[in-house]
Formats: sequence, structure tokens, C-alpha cells
Amino acid sequence: MLFQDVFSKWPMILNGVWLTIALSFVAIGLGLVLATAMTALRSLAGSWAGYIVDAYVELMRNTPFLVQLFMIFFGLPQLGIRLNGLEASVLAMTLNLAAYATEIIRAGVDSIHKSQIEAGLALAMTKWQVLKHVVLQPAFARVWPALSSQFVLMMLASSICSFVSVQELSGTAAIIEQDTFRSFETYIVVTVLYLVLALSFKLFLNWLGRKLFPQVSGLARLTEAHGEAA
Amino acid sequence: MPAVLIEGIHKRFGSLEVLKGVSLSVDAGQVVAIIGRSGSGKSTLLRCINGLETFHAGKIEVAGHMLTQDPTKLRELRKDVGIVFQSYNLFPHLTVGQNIMLSPRITKNVPQAQAMALAKDVLAQVGLSEKFDSYPDNLSGGQQQRVAIARSLAMQPKVMLFDEVTSALDPELTGEVLLVMEKLAKGGMTMLLVTHEMNFARTVADRTIFMHQGLIWESGPSKELFANPQTPELANFVKAGAH
Amino acid sequence: MQTFGWPEALFILRSAGWTLALTAIAFFIGSIVGGAFAIMRLSRLRWLRRFAAGYILVIQSIPVLMVLFMSYYGLSALGIELPPFLAASASLSIYVSAYLAEIWRGSIESVPRQQWEASASLAHTTAQTYRHVILPQAIRISLPPTVGFLVQLVKNTSIVQVVGFVDLMRAGMLVNNATYQAFQIFTLVGAIYFAICFPLSRLSRHLEKVMNASRSH
Repeated sequence: MLFQDVFSKWPMILNGVWLTIALSFVAIGLGLVLATAMTALRSLAGSWAGYIVDAYVELMRNTPFLVQLFMIFFGLPQLGIRLNGLEASVLAMTLNLAAYATEIIRAGVDSIHKSQIEAGLALAMTKWQVLKHVVLQPAFARVWPALSSQFVLMMLASSICSFVSVQELSGTAAIIEQDTFRSFETYIVVTVLYLVLALSFKLFLNWLGRKLFPQVSGLARLTEAHGEAA
Repeated sequence: MPAVLIEGIHKRFGSLEVLKGVSLSVDAGQVVAIIGRSGSGKSTLLRCINGLETFHAGKIEVAGHMLTQDPTKLRELRKDVGIVFQSYNLFPHLTVGQNIMLSPRITKNVPQAQAMALAKDVLAQVGLSEKFDSYPDNLSGGQQQRVAIARSLAMQPKVMLFDEVTSALDPELTGEVLLVMEKLAKGGMTMLLVTHEMNFARTVADRTIFMHQGLIWESGPSKELFANPQTPELANFVKAGAH
Repeated sequence: MQTFGWPEALFILRSAGWTLALTAIAFFIGSIVGGAFAIMRLSRLRWLRRFAAGYILVIQSIPVLMVLFMSYYGLSALGIELPPFLAASASLSIYVSAYLAEIWRGSIESVPRQQWEASASLAHTTAQTYRHVILPQAIRISLPPTVGFLVQLVKNTSIVQVVGFVDLMRAGMLVNNATYQAFQIFTLVGAIYFAICFPLSRLSRHLEKVMNASRSH
């Protein structure tokens, strides 16, 4: 087994790692914005909006990510929208994450008792202030562990973007494998890198959670320990 | 030969010493109530007797068994020592009858027919014959506790331990459980009960032990103890009425 | 260039059958291995616990694609060349085993501590406690997340083409290469996945409601 052939390609590998991270962060950022918008839409705009959001969420959660990606990359051109691999990946990851995040955030929002909202209004807060301080912030704090898990899963799912020739880490692995014929060594290295990425990301998110939501950090650590399998 | 012999029990939880040298002797057929504030160590002491808690000094002998860590010996001990918990702890996926029959069948290899007869008998003793096929979910707290007592009785124990068995019940439901316990006492069962029910302790228990800060603070015949507390701690405790 | 007609659609549908077969086998084998790891995870031997925890952590922290490649090329390195269906089944079974082990361990630990105490107090051995008291309750608790995970499994079978297996996804891609009607093809493929996954998702949510209802007594 010769790892040297693989290690010699370290600039390419580093690029792959970077692209995986970048792709994930962009998708998570945009996805969260979209998810928050959809959550707000659902509670403010009445039942027809709720049905549309529900349908969207069910569709995204009950079909494979690969199908969604291919639909965007191969299917949209038939409708005149031509995206390259990277653009299609960002869009697909964003839409996918937004669906899961909407569900998770909604669970968090639902867990806020009506009496809390009434208390906020009684204290002369505006509707927007109540939304922000009484509903959204505690809701996010409560579901941060579940959200974090979903973010890490999304980062791992970025590997599927290699199917549309994006050179994130898995895509890079495929190229190195073709170049060096060292399949086993290539994939061991890449697997270890994913492991490091995922664990680091998890630690970072835990830290971020403690920084953003100090008031429930103890509870959050307890719920994390009870695990969120895919 | 006492039914329960406790000598010099010390127990620590981390750095906190919860039992600081407790000694107690209970003869067969005696009913002993253990009272005291939360944190006095009374439940911990009770749970040491059937091995649910360990102790690092002293010895306990109950129903002829020495308390050890050895799993086989501990199981033999537990066949002769029954315990009823504050939260009943019935097995929710089994019917009342199955709850009661389970242990005799799997630990003593009692055949099915005999186990069923035994179960029906103990269930009748606690006054719940008609609930044989019900699930614990469908019973009130008082009924569940009585089933829990029946479940322990089915093992034909020599000593029964009761750990605050009425504390989790609504007031109207404690009566039915206390009645069953009184019946058991009159029938000659050796009983140790940790309880907040002062009246019950005074009228049904032969002796009452008052625990305070991990030690037996006062002990004696129940009526005497309640009428003439020797220490300010017990006097305050009785006055406060606890519960 | 072909058109996307009935023969193509039927080819896709037949491949869906293979997806289902793969799911069933991976779930079956994964359950057995996963169950073993769940028990190891709860063992009294520290090294066994750590080994199982390590296995679960690694597999849960890498993409399924990597699990596939690692098992496939790992076996290759040992000189074992499996045909695509077996390669896919083996890899997916490993993936399933880690996630089910975690779900089931969680379920066992969800059974209240007092049930253990009550059972021990009735002179049951540990094995008897597991068999008569803990496992029946743990299985009930584990049903919603297990069914939920089944949905993830079905979706994740969509990548087995990398080990050469023609499943529903691969069939769609092959037809696309021949007909270039991606929109219709992947709508059909998506609809088939949806038809499999959506009822399972509903079932999982229903089981969760039933579980919560009985828990609140």
C-alpha cells in the first residue's frame, strides 16, 4: 500500500476540503434563512401557505437528495434554466436543508407555550418583539442540538455533489483515484478527513450553541447526549 | 434469631456520608416504621436491606441471608425479601396477572397453573381479583400499589420492605393501601416501612425509628415514641406533622 | 436518441424492485449486527463498550458514500471481489448496523431505571430482566425511530450505483443517457421513492403519537 501517491496530491485534497466546507456553510446559511421565512409564512399567512410549506417539506424529506440534485442539474435545462454543477449543488443543498430545518424549527416554535406569548404582549411588546424574543430565540435554543445534527448531516451529504462533477472532497477522491489507481489508500485518507471534518464541525456547533444560547446550555448538553440518529 | 439484623452501617454518596453508623434489630413478625425528614437516610437504609444500595462498612443479615455483592446470593436473598416502591414500578407491558406470575415462574420454576392460582390468591388478598386481566395503565394509583404489594407477596417473602408507598398517591387512595398493609401486619408479616403516615406508624407499627442526619436518633414502641419524644428534633418533627 | 416511453418506464419500475430488495436485505442484516453492537455498547466490559462506541461514531461521522467505498475497496484489498448486489448489501448493512445500534441503545436506556430495580428486586437475573422486562418495553420505544430510519435507508440506496449496482436511481440515469428527458424521468423516479418513503414516514409519526399517548399515563 502506497500512501505517498495520495499524499503527494495534497493541494488538490486541501481544495476539496475547502470546497466541502464552503459548500456546507453557504447552504446552511441560505437554508436557515429560507427555513425561517417558511416558518414565519406558515404561522402568519394562514392555512393555504401552511399546506404549501408542508407539501414542500414532505417532498424534500421523502425523496433522495441525489434525485433532487439531478432534477435541478439535468431537469431544469429542459425548462430553460441551465445551472453548472456547483450552482446546482448549492441550490439543491439549500432547498434540502431548508426543508429539514423548517420541521425542526417548527417543533421548537410549537414548544413555546401560548402563555409565554400572552405574557410578552401583556408587557407591551410589539408583535415583532414577541416573535423575536419570546418565540424565535427560545425556540432556536431548544432545537439547537437537533439543528446541529442536521447541519453535520448536510455536510456529509455534500459528498453526493460529486455526482455532478463538483470537486469537493469526494469528487477530488474520485479524480485522485483515477490518476493513481490507489483506490483503497485514497478513500481511507478521504474517510479520515471526513471524520475529522464532521467531529470538528460538531464541536464547533456545540461551542456556538453555548455562545448564542447560554441560558439553556445545560439542558442542551443533556439532550445532545441522547443522540439524534439520521 | 432476628429476622433483620443491621450492624454499624456506613454509606457514602461521593463525599457525603448518608448513613453514619446505623444498627437495628427486627424480630420475626414485628412491624417497624422508619420516619424522618427527607435526607435523613431512611430510604437509603431500607434499600440497603435488599441490596439496591451498597454500604462500605457494617453488616446486614436478613431472613437468614448475609448481604453480599455476589449476584447469586443476592438473588436468593431477594426471593425472601420483598420490596414495594413509591412509584409502584409495575411492568406496563404485562397484565396485572402476568406481573404477579412472572417472578415465581421464572425464578422458582413454578408451573403455569400453580402460578396462576397463586396470583389469583394474592390478588384476592389485596382485594383486586376482578383486575387480573387488566393492564396497569387502566388502574388507579392505589390499585397499582396494591398490585405491587400482591406481586411481592407472590414470592412468599419472609420480610417485606415498604418505601414510602403512599407518598405518590392522592389522599383518597392511601386508605385502601394502608388497609392492605394493616392486614399483612396482623397476619404476622415482618415489615419495615419508611413512611410519612404518622397515624399509621403509631397505630400499626410495633416500633418506630426516627432517623436524623444518617443516624437513628430515637427508637422505641410506637405509641410511647410519639407521645413522649425525648429529643427536640423528634418533637419538632411530630409537631410539624410531616407529610 | 430514444423517446421516454413505456419500455423505459417499466425498466425503471423493475429497478425499483431491486431497490426494495436491497433495502430489505440491508435492514435485515444491519438489524442483527446493529443489535449486537447495541448490546456491546451496554456491556460491563469497558473495552467492548468503547469499541462499539468507536464503530458507531466513525460510521455516523462519514458520508454513506464513504461507507460504500471503504467496504468495497477494503474487501478488494483483502482480495475479495463481490458482485455488485452483494457489495451494495454488505456496505449498506454496515451503515444500517451503526445507526440502528444507536437507536436501540437509546431505546433501552429510555426504559426507566425503576423497571430495572423492580425486576432485580424480584430476584431476576440480568438476562431475565432484559428478556421479560426491558426489551419488550425498549422495542416499543424503538419503533418510531426505527421506521423513521428505514426511510433514510431507502433514500440512501440511491447511491449504490458506485459499486456497479443498477437500482432505481441508476435505471433513471441510464434512461436519461438514452433519452435526455431528465425532467420526466426524475419526476417518475422521485415519485416512486416518494411512494415508498411517504407511507413509512407517516407510519413513524403515527407510532410516535401512539407512544406518547400511552406514555402520558
